[in-house]
Amino acid sequence: MNWLDTLVQGLLLGGLYALFAAGLSLVFGVMRLVNLAHGDLIVLAAYLILMITTALGINPFLAALFALPVMFALGWVLQTYLLNRVLGEDILPPLLVTFGLSVVIQNVLLQGFTADSRKLAAGAIESQSLPLGPVTVGVMPLMTLVTAVLVIVVLNQVFYRTALGRAFRATSDDMVTVQLMGIQPQRVFAIATGIALVVATIAALFLGTRSNFDPSIGPARLLYAFEAVIIGGLGSLWGTLAGGLIIGVAQALGAAINPEWQILAGHIAFVAVLLVRPRGLFPRAND
Amino acid sequence: MTQISNLTQSRSFSFALIALLAVVMALLPFFAPRAVVQDLFMILALTVLALNWNMLAGFAGLVSVGQQAFVGIGAYTAFAGVILYGLDPLTGVLIAGIVAMVLSIPVAFFTFRLNGAYFAIATWVVADILRLAFSQWKAVGGGTGTSLPKGTTKDMLGVQAIKDALDVSSAAAADTMLYWLVLALALVTLVASYMFLRSRMGLGLQAIRDNVNAARSVGVDPLRLKALVFLLTAFGTGICGALIFLQLGRITPNSAFAVTDWTAFVIFIVVIGGIGTLPGPIIGAVVFYILKRLLSDYGSVYLIVLGLIGIAIMLFARRGLWGMLKERTGFDLLPLSHRPPAAVQTTKEGALT
Repeated sequence: MNWLDTLVQGLLLGGLYALFAAGLSLVFGVMRLVNLAHGDLIVLAAYLILMITTALGINPFLAALFALPVMFALGWVLQTYLLNRVLGEDILPPLLVTFGLSVVIQNVLLQGFTADSRKLAAGAIESQSLPLGPVTVGVMPLMTLVTAVLVIVVLNQVFYRTALGRAFRATSDDMVTVQLMGIQPQRVFAIATGIALVVATIAALFLGTRSNFDPSIGPARLLYAFEAVIIGGLGSLWGTLAGGLIIGVAQALGAAINPEWQILAGHIAFVAVLLVRPRGLFPRAND
Repeated sequence: MTQISNLTQSRSFSFALIALLAVVMALLPFFAPRAVVQDLFMILALTVLALNWNMLAGFAGLVSVGQQAFVGIGAYTAFAGVILYGLDPLTGVLIAGIVAMVLSIPVAFFTFRLNGAYFAIATWVVADILRLAFSQWKAVGGGTGTSLPKGTTKDMLGVQAIKDALDVSSAAAADTMLYWLVLALALVTLVASYMFLRSRMGLGLQAIRDNVNAARSVGVDPLRLKALVFLLTAFGTGICGALIFLQLGRITPNSAFAVTDWTAFVIFIVVIGGIGTLPGPIIGAVVFYILKRLLSDYGSVYLIVLGLIGIAIMLFARRGLWGMLKERTGFDLLPLSHRPPAAVQTTKEGALT
C-alpha cells in the first residue's frame, strides 16, 4: 500500500465532504439551525442539474449556473415561510421540521425519478489525471478540492469583509441587540439559507459528476457533512474544511486497510476527535 | 376542589379505559384472523418504540436520532443467543434488553458530552458505527444477515400450550405468543412511564424541562436523571427490537439498524400523536398505521404525507393531535399534573403549624 497516495486520495475525498459541509456550517453558525434535510437538498440540486442538462443538452458545469439562482430562491423561500417559524429556544421543532422535509424530498424524488442510479456526464474531463510528483491525481477530484477551498475563502471574505457578513456574525452573537441596529434576523437568515443552498448546488455538481446518485443517498452525505462541521467547531468555516479533510483521510485510510472499513473509519475519527475536544477543533461561537 | 375531583376522576377513568382496552386486545387472537394479529403486532411494537422515544425527547429533552442502535443491538443479541448459544427465544429477549442497557452506558458517556443538536447527530453516528460493526460479525451472517433456524419460535416456551388451547397451526400460535408479549411490553412501558413521571424523579424531569437552573437550585441533578431515562429506554427499545426481529425471522444489519423504520417513523408517530403527552404515541401509532394502509397502493406516497403532516403539526399544533383534543375538550387521559399543595396555615403568632 502506498501511504502517500492514500493520504492524497483522502484529502481529495475530504474536499468533497467539505463542500457538502460548507453550507451546513454557514446555517449552523448563523442561526444554530440543524438542517437534517441538507443532504437531501444536495441530492435535489443534483437532479435539478440533471434535468437542465438533459432539457437543454448542455454540459453539467453550465447547467449548474442555471441551477444556482433556483436553489438560492428555494433556500430563501424555505427559510422565510417554513424554518423562520420554528426557530427558537427549543431545538426540537426545527429538528423535526427539517427531518420531515428530508423524508418529503427523498420520496418526492423517488416518485419523480425512480430509484435508478443517475450520473452527470461531464465528458472527457472525468477520466483525466495529472501526475503530481510521486502521485497521480484525477482532474475532477483535484477540482473538487480546489473548489472547496475557494468556496471557504469566498464565504470567509463575505463573513469578515462585507456588511452582510457583519450582519451574519452580529445576528449569530446576539439576536436581540441586532434588531436595535436595524437588522431583521429573519431576512438575514433567509439570505444565509439561500447562500447555503448555492453551496449545496456546487457540491451537487461534484457529487453528480464523480459518482452515481439516487434519491436515497442524502442522509449518508448529511452524516459526513455534519461530522465535518462538528469536528471543525461551530461557526468556523476553516474548521469545517479541516473537518472534511480529516473525515476524508480517515475514510481513505480505513478503505486502504479493508474496503468494508471506509465509512467506519470516518465515524471513528469523528468520535475520537469529540472525545478529546467536545466542542470541535476551532470553535468560534460559544454554544 | 372541583379541579381535584376532576383529576382523580380522570385518573380512575383512564385506568378503567386502559384495562378494558388491554383485555379486549389480549382476547383478540381468539377470534381475529392471523393477519390482523400480525398487523397489530407491528402497531404495538411501533407504539413501544414511540413511548420510549417520547420519554427521551418529550420529557428528558434528549432528541436522539439513533434509537435504531438499541433496536439493532436487541435484535442481534436475541438472534445470537438463539443461533450461537441455543437459548430459548424468550430468554434471548430478556438478555437483549439487558445487553442494550449495558451498551447504552458507554454510548451515554460519549453522547452526553454534547448538547442539543450535537447530541442528535452523535447518536446517529453511534448507530451507524454499530450497523457497520455488526456487518463484520460473520457468525451471524455479516453484511448479508441471517435467518432464525426453522421452527425456532414454534419451540418457544408456551407456544405448544397456545397451540392446544386455540387449536391453530404452530406458526399462528407463535404469532399469538409474540403478540401477547409485545402487548404486555406496551402495557408495562405505558404504566412504568406513568409511574416514573408521577414520581419524584418524574417531577424533577419535568422541572428540568421547564427551567434547568431553577430545578438545579432545588437539588435536581439533570445529568443523573437524563442518564437514567437513557438507560431505561435503551432497555425497553432493546427488548422491543428483539421481539420485532423474532417475528420477522430474518435479520440484516441494514434492516436492524434502519434509521427510517425504527427512528424516522417513530419520531413522526410521536410528533403527530403529541410529543410530551402519554397518550400521544398511542394515537400516533394508530394514525400512522391507518395512513400506511390507506395509501398502500401508491408506493412511498404515505411517507410524503407523513412528512407533510409532521411539518404541519410542528407549525400549527406543537402538542400534536392529543394536545389539540385536550385543548378543545379539556379532557385528559393519564394526567401527569399533581394537586397543588394546600395553603400553609399560620397561627396568630405567625408560627407555622
